[in-house]
Amino acid sequence: MTSGELETPEVEPQRPQREGLVAIVGGYFERLRGGEVGILPVLFGLGVITLYFYSKNPNYVTAVNFNNVVVQMAGVSIIAMGVVFVLLLGEIDLSVGYVSGIGGVTVALLQQPEKSYQVGGLIAILIAVSVGAAIGAFQGSFVALIGVPSFVVTLAGLLAWQGVVQKAIGDQGVITIQSDTINNVANYSLPANWGWRLATVAAVGYALTVLLSVFSRRRARVTAQHPLLLVLKVIAIAALAFLVVRVSNRAGGVPFAGVLVVALLIFWTYIARRTTFGRHVYAVGGNAEAARRAGISVKRIRIVVFMISSAMAALGGVVFAARLTSVDLNAGGGTILLDAISAAVIGGTSLFGGRGNVRDAVVGALLISAIANGIDLVGYTSATRFIVTGIILLAAVTLDTVLRRRQAAAGR
Amino acid sequence: MSDVAPTLELRGISKAFGPVQALSEVDFEVRDGEVMALVGDNGAGKSTLIKCVAGIYGIDAGEVFFEGKPVSIHGAKDAGRLGIEVVYQDLALCDNLDVVQNMYLGREVHDFLQRLQEPEMEQKTAETLKSLAVTTIRSIKYQVASLSGGQRQSVAVARAVMWNSRVVILDEPTAALGVAQTRQVLDLVKRLAQQGLAVVLISHNLHDIFEVATRITVLRLGRNVGVFEREQTTQRAIVEAITAGVPTQVAGIAEPEPASA
Repeated sequence: MTSGELETPEVEPQRPQREGLVAIVGGYFERLRGGEVGILPVLFGLGVITLYFYSKNPNYVTAVNFNNVVVQMAGVSIIAMGVVFVLLLGEIDLSVGYVSGIGGVTVALLQQPEKSYQVGGLIAILIAVSVGAAIGAFQGSFVALIGVPSFVVTLAGLLAWQGVVQKAIGDQGVITIQSDTINNVANYSLPANWGWRLATVAAVGYALTVLLSVFSRRRARVTAQHPLLLVLKVIAIAALAFLVVRVSNRAGGVPFAGVLVVALLIFWTYIARRTTFGRHVYAVGGNAEAARRAGISVKRIRIVVFMISSAMAALGGVVFAARLTSVDLNAGGGTILLDAISAAVIGGTSLFGGRGNVRDAVVGALLISAIANGIDLVGYTSATRFIVTGIILLAAVTLDTVLRRRQAAAGR
Repeated sequence: MSDVAPTLELRGISKAFGPVQALSEVDFEVRDGEVMALVGDNGAGKSTLIKCVAGIYGIDAGEVFFEGKPVSIHGAKDAGRLGIEVVYQDLALCDNLDVVQNMYLGREVHDFLQRLQEPEMEQKTAETLKSLAVTTIRSIKYQVASLSGGQRQSVAVARAVMWNSRVVILDEPTAALGVAQTRQVLDLVKRLAQQGLAVVLISHNLHDIFEVATRITVLRLGRNVGVFEREQTTQRAIVEAITAGVPTQVAGIAEPEPASA
């Protein structure tokens, strides 16, 4: 280190970051050509879907329907976030559907007023999530410690937990949820001024995070992103937050379920990107043997990831149950499993492990829910919905496969 | 040789896998600032010897000395604590992570909340690469998947030396590389020794070995059949030792074993 002021992480003294907007845009397009498209295809898909359904039925683009989509996507988003972690390892979790059913049934059983074991709504939710985590630890142990393929372990889970759901509900066939705390998870909307406050907190919080990161990078004398780019990012996030609140407030306020999804998104993104645990998940997904030799406890990582997956599935199940204010024998069934895995994959998380983001779960779920909602609104049957979702899933995985090849070719 | 004890010294190491005697009373040493080449035909016991040093295999008999003091290595962690780092042939890099992330794999800098300290890691990575004069990597934020074979090898070697290591063992570092990239890696190997590290280089390529090695240890059928000063030997002599060498240094061996792997 001889030249004191030229210290950059670039080993060759190249500093494309310092050449202003042109270089930023240029670098972005270079990455696009190299196959790093991020969530661009999903945003494109959302645009096309929105235009199509809007042309069929103008009610598709209204504040009321926006809030509907937010509540509809909440359950699947939450489950898909857990699935992202499992996919990052290159594993699969087929049990998330019925584990979400277990989550719903657990809260429903625990809140029954006539039962001696009735507990408060919040405690019931915490217990449901813990039950999910325990299921994940059980299934993950078979994968991590014994080496049974996760496909088989969780396929067994898919069958077994379905049976457990049915046994738990028993002859009643349906359990009504009377706890307001639980039902509010999916049905409460924030008052207008609370929405604005949340948007302000989000915008200021994001700006502060960016600022702190710039300072710590300056202190370590490594290059940060271009200041202009950072300012634009902060403005974009703030604008998005306020726009969402403005739209939602026109139709009764921001749904609590949406706030929950955003909070979980921030939390899990932080875990995945900013902690040693998250780094190790990516490492195990990229090259498990290298991770093992580097002293990472691959077994521990595997088990914890399956715990995250099942716990998030149980929480998603609570949202589904709350939305219906009841659970029945079919809890956790239907298309929940396929929607959750499709959401993660459509969002851009690779099935081959090591590549993906928590946000993929949310944008993927948004796309799937936007389609489902539109098809209901326009009056097509669910047959159409399955066909369209199937085509989009195939397109997403095909795109992923092609992009992988392209990234390899572009040397990225 | 000098009076200073070798950085790493093995005496009479034996290792058997069931009926197969992979190593028989092998002596080996490497000193600070030298490149000790370890050569031998397939099945000569090079990899086994390295894995014993790295703590992956336990040894059946023999002693290990580090800087003159007897030590026992029971696992990769023991080896790491002594400052012994091995760069395996497959490099053990994660393609989906960038250079910094790979350099710190499993040893990330974090605070008490397990938060990663990225700026510090980036800074140290840049410094390490600079000190090794690795100039071919354009950005340390590039994914390893995007690097060439020589660049990957450089990252793996840089990772091994970043942790105050004393002994760096390189397993076939040039085996899969082209001419220019082999050049890069050999230069890097020389620089490691210049920086005072003890370097062990395993290779089949005698040309490479004669370019960078200070001394050459030849293994044949699990025995040490000679240690040669590079300056005073020829490729021909080494080839003879590899193919037909007879143990001369190991005491108590009456006759070479019949050819059995």
